[in-house]
Formats: sequence, structure tokens, C-alpha cells
Amino acid sequence: MMLRWDVLAAILGMALATFLCRAGGYAILRVTRPPPFVQAMLQHLPGAIFVAFLAPALAQEGWPACVAGAAALITQARIGRMALSILVGVAVLWLLRAALGTP
Amino acid sequence: MQQPQPAERPSSFTAAGFRRGARAGLALTIGLMPFGLVVGMAADARGLSLLEALLMCGLVFAGTAQLVALQLWTDPAPILAATLAAFVINLRLAPMGAALAPVLDRVQGIRLWGSLAVLVDNSFALAIAEMRAGRRDAAFLAGASLTMWANWMVMCGVGHVFGAAVRLPPGHPVFFASVAALASILVPLWRGRADLLPWGLAGVLALAAHGLGLGPPWPVLIGALGGAAAGAAMDGRRARA
Repeated sequence: MMLRWDVLAAILGMALATFLCRAGGYAILRVTRPPPFVQAMLQHLPGAIFVAFLAPALAQEGWPACVAGAAALITQARIGRMALSILVGVAVLWLLRAALGTP
Repeated sequence: MQQPQPAERPSSFTAAGFRRGARAGLALTIGLMPFGLVVGMAADARGLSLLEALLMCGLVFAGTAQLVALQLWTDPAPILAATLAAFVINLRLAPMGAALAPVLDRVQGIRLWGSLAVLVDNSFALAIAEMRAGRRDAAFLAGASLTMWANWMVMCGVGHVFGAAVRLPPGHPVFFASVAALASILVPLWRGRADLLPWGLAGVLALAAHGLGLGPPWPVLIGALGGAAAGAAMDGRRARA
């Protein structure tokens, strides 16, 4: 199997940059005591990150995707099985697209 | 004088915690499968060998960054551009590690830095929900992350080998799985009414940034930081009142 040096260098560069991101935030927090406002922000960050991920993704796909996303969310709230919620989301989008005749 | 006893607190990195995390992660892998498939297919389309594709998936393990880097791939490989793209897109992971500090502070060495090395969005969400439930076992994060990592390797490999044969169109409903995973993750992260303002603002800001034509990671970073800042300001006002 082929492994080119330039490809390997690009992969290692990406891996190093990504590790710095993953470990960097915690490493900075460990050496400096952040101000209370930043600590409060960290408490609010998890939900905000995922909403900020989701909103543009749904907007880009149009209203059937919003319905499918809502179906996944409601399934999760009611039943609490993530694998099932994901399948319901995909199935609802699939059915809506089929019903609308869009590919 | 009495010697202080070694701290007798419940272990912070247990096999049971690892198994719990792995089980929770397994339920989410179904959302990541199509995404891994796409990345494997993109690597094949750009001429990466199977070994190179698997090395990238194993060492980088960040889907959006890999997809963007593969989109701007050239011959010879764009070392600087790929590194920069990975750095910018994965900046969102930095505050995640910081937010998990109450769990991570209890472990050291390979357990600490190794857990951070495989941290991803979905395992972060599961670990935060676990932490808020009062369980502080860092092995939960490692278990969830490594399950997703194994799934990622398999799906990238499958995408690379069979991608040309499967040929799913880019807008196929199967690829909605990663978005549906994001939607269901919101449920365990929801704490109540007080989340409404930061979450709403995060969504509005992300949509605005997206509408202005900003690509990844900016809508996510702007939305997440803006929403979290609003939440922190709200907490501050409540504390003073």
C-alpha cells in the first residue's frame, strides 16, 4: 500500500493542529484561573455549540429537514434512545422527499 | 502527628465507566456512519491510498476538517493549507476540553491527554450530560470517544473501498443521520427554561453568520460563543439581583 511523504506530512500537520485544539483549551484552563464570566460561559457552551451546529444545517436543507429534525428531537425526548431517534429523523426526511417527489 | 491518608475517593477512571461510555457512544455511531462513509469516499476520489485514508481518519478523527481539507487537496499534498484548515475548523474543540475540566481534573497522564486526543463533538455532549448527572468518571468520555473512533475507522475504510460502487448522491436522506444525531443530542443537554435565551441566540447568530456566506467554522464559533456569553451575562445579573 502506498504512503507518500507529502501526504503523510499533511496528515501529521492536521493531526498536530487538531490535537492542539483538543488539548489546548483544557491546558490553558489548567494553568490560568479564568475569570468568573468565562467559567459561566463554559457552563452554557455545550447546548449553544450544538444549536449553532444544527441551525445552519437545517436551514440549508429546507423545511422537510426541519420537520425531520423535530421528529428526531421529539423521539429522543419521549423514548430516549438515540439510535432510534436518528433512524426516525432519516426515515421522516426520506418519506417527505418521496411524498414531495424531490430526490 | 498523623500522616494524611491517601485520598480515599471513588476512582475517577473505572472499567465500568468506560463500558457505560462505550454503550452510550454506540447508540450515536449510527449517526456518524454515513459521515465516515463520505469522508472515505472523498479520500478515494482525491487519490489517497487506503493506508493514507485510514491514517488520516485515525490521527485526525474530525469529519468536517477532513472533508474541507480533502476539498482543497492538491498534488503534491497541501501541507500548510490542510494544517491551517484543521486548526481553524477544530478550534471549536478547545472550549469543549475546558468545559469538561471538573471530570478531567481528576485524571493525569495518558488518561487525561489520551482522552482529550480522541474528544469529538458527540462524545463531548454525552460526557457533559453524564457530568451534570453527577457522575465524574473520565473513563466514560474515553469509552464513548473510542467507540466512535473505531466506527470512524471502519466507515472511512468502507467508504474508500466501496465508495465508487455504492455511489450515493450527495443529498441522499442517509446523510441526514449526522444532523438527526445533533438534534437528538440537544435533549440530554437541555436543563430548563434558563437555556432558552443562550440557545435561541446561538441559533440566530449561527444562521446570520451562515446567511452572510461565512463557511465553517465561523457560524458555529460565533453562535456558540455569542449564546454562551448571553447565558453568562444572564447568570451574572441573577447573582447580583
